[in-house]
Amino acid sequence: MTTTVPAVGTDADRVADPKAVARKRRVSPLTVLAYALLIIVAITWLAPVLWAALTGLKSNVEAASPGFVIIPEGGLSLQNYADVLQAGLVPRWAFNSLLTATAITVITVAISALAGYALSRMDFPGRKITLAVIVASILIPAQILIVPLFQQMVDFNLLDTYWAIILPQVVAAPMVFILKKFFDAIPVELEEAAMIDGASRMRILLQIVMPLSRPILGAVSIFVFIGAWNNFLWPFIATTDSNIMTLPVGLQTVVSGYGITYAYDMAQAVMAAVPLIIAFLFFQRQIIKGIATSGITGT
Amino acid sequence: MTTTTEPREPLATDGELDTGPRVNKPQRRDALRGWLYMAPFALAFFLFLIYPTVYGLWMSFTGRSLMGANTELSGFMNYTEAFADPQVWSSLWNTVWFTILTSVPLVIVALLFAVLVNTGVKGQWLWRLSIFMPYLLASTVISQIWVWLYNPELGLINEVLGWVGIGNIAWLNNPDTAMLSVVITTVWWTIGFNFLLYLSALQAIPDQLYEAAELDGAGTFRKFWSITLPSLAPITVLVLILQVLASLKVFDQIYQMTGGGPAGSTRPILQYVYEVGFEGYRLGYASAISYLFFFLIIGISVIYMVINSRRGARP
Repeated sequence: MTTTVPAVGTDADRVADPKAVARKRRVSPLTVLAYALLIIVAITWLAPVLWAALTGLKSNVEAASPGFVIIPEGGLSLQNYADVLQAGLVPRWAFNSLLTATAITVITVAISALAGYALSRMDFPGRKITLAVIVASILIPAQILIVPLFQQMVDFNLLDTYWAIILPQVVAAPMVFILKKFFDAIPVELEEAAMIDGASRMRILLQIVMPLSRPILGAVSIFVFIGAWNNFLWPFIATTDSNIMTLPVGLQTVVSGYGITYAYDMAQAVMAAVPLIIAFLFFQRQIIKGIATSGITGT
Repeated sequence: MTTTTEPREPLATDGELDTGPRVNKPQRRDALRGWLYMAPFALAFFLFLIYPTVYGLWMSFTGRSLMGANTELSGFMNYTEAFADPQVWSSLWNTVWFTILTSVPLVIVALLFAVLVNTGVKGQWLWRLSIFMPYLLASTVISQIWVWLYNPELGLINEVLGWVGIGNIAWLNNPDTAMLSVVITTVWWTIGFNFLLYLSALQAIPDQLYEAAELDGAGTFRKFWSITLPSLAPITVLVLILQVLASLKVFDQIYQMTGGGPAGSTRPILQYVYEVGFEGYRLGYASAISYLFFFLIIGISVIYMVINSRRGARP
């Protein structure tokens, strides 16, 4: 049974349906109204980030002078952005974020896929209860665990290491469940044929099941990655050494650190935002599909 | 592959959770191999979810401090203290108020945006990018940007309001407007998620329904009222519960934008847990407050499941 709502189609998908085209062709006053409203919404939604990016192009003095000025007398310059890249710890934090988020994604997908496959295809004792416990655990909010997890990291002597950031984030019960449901829908006959040919379970998983699951794996990976990249509370608790901090945590420390450097701060915030915005432009379809799949399964 | 408009209900306990392993001939060796495949996840699951859940519960019954002292059981002392602590109640109220203020627009406005984008307008990618993009940004990034926008003297918002004659508003610095400010930022930041869920649901409504209605002479509004809205009812229940659970867990943007102030007027319960545990060094008491919060979340989830199973029971 396939139960996920299909991902948002592209324009191409929609145009391919002649009936949809016929419905679209009528330009009614309502369509005009829709455009008008959407333009207002788009401007409102983009304005904060665009304004921040513009502020970053000004000097700190110009940013701190009142009045609505788009291009100040001194002109615009990329100096703040260059400073952020050269002087500050932003590149270091971006590297830490990339490293930890990638590790979290790879480990999460690997262990969730193995578990999901076992739950879907193998008849082992305790299978049903294991699945029930995993699904029930979705109710436990990660936020209530910060105190005991912190104590655990102290006990394991892992505070201020990448492991402290990574390990607690690799447990993603909803992902196991999503992957199990997806594997359930793959015809078992494909695997039987391979089994008759003498292929091992692991080979079947890696060479038949995983390639067939590429869409869902992509969607799940991107969803996990965004969550890990943007996670604040746990890395904030687990790190005090600014060389280990992730981007969101590091940024928070400099906000409280510097004085009135609005232009520099905005350049910094915008630089921190750029990687994921670029990623979105590249992986738009997968990201949207990941949200639809994971959201509906109740992450 | 069939697609249904009915989304999968994650917390359903109606037995469709599991259809049984799809094996043709049960293999005896699967017993061992199954656990071998489960092992890495099971280990992480036990170490970083089950163990801390139990450890935290135990800690909540002790006077444990960050200095490691005092691990003796102290009964329900932490819990009785929490019930009498006005800070628990005020931060809990802030959390609930924040949840109410954000959940309503985050469901209704998200639906409106999705309907607008789904009217067949051109430039889908632009609308989707604009509305969804903020969701991709880290809490620290959006907090910094909005603190700048809300700046009473220099901020863009007061500047724009000035054009229409609205005087300076102190936004984050005034206890009367601080919560509202944080709510506005949160709606802007996270609406893209619900928007995409609604957009998927809208595109899954079969065209035939609309065509049939058109043959019967239904107009745009009639179609919206009689087809679109009823089709979205199941997903709305889901979006609402996900939103309520997400809003209750608020911490990041409030901590970063107001630090819980002014005068504690925006401080959510999770920030109080953080303050008690990591600034006040009282891990035991912080755990107890965490668990009270946990029971609240479980309670809401149970209410959802009851409503959901009743809805499912109807033909």
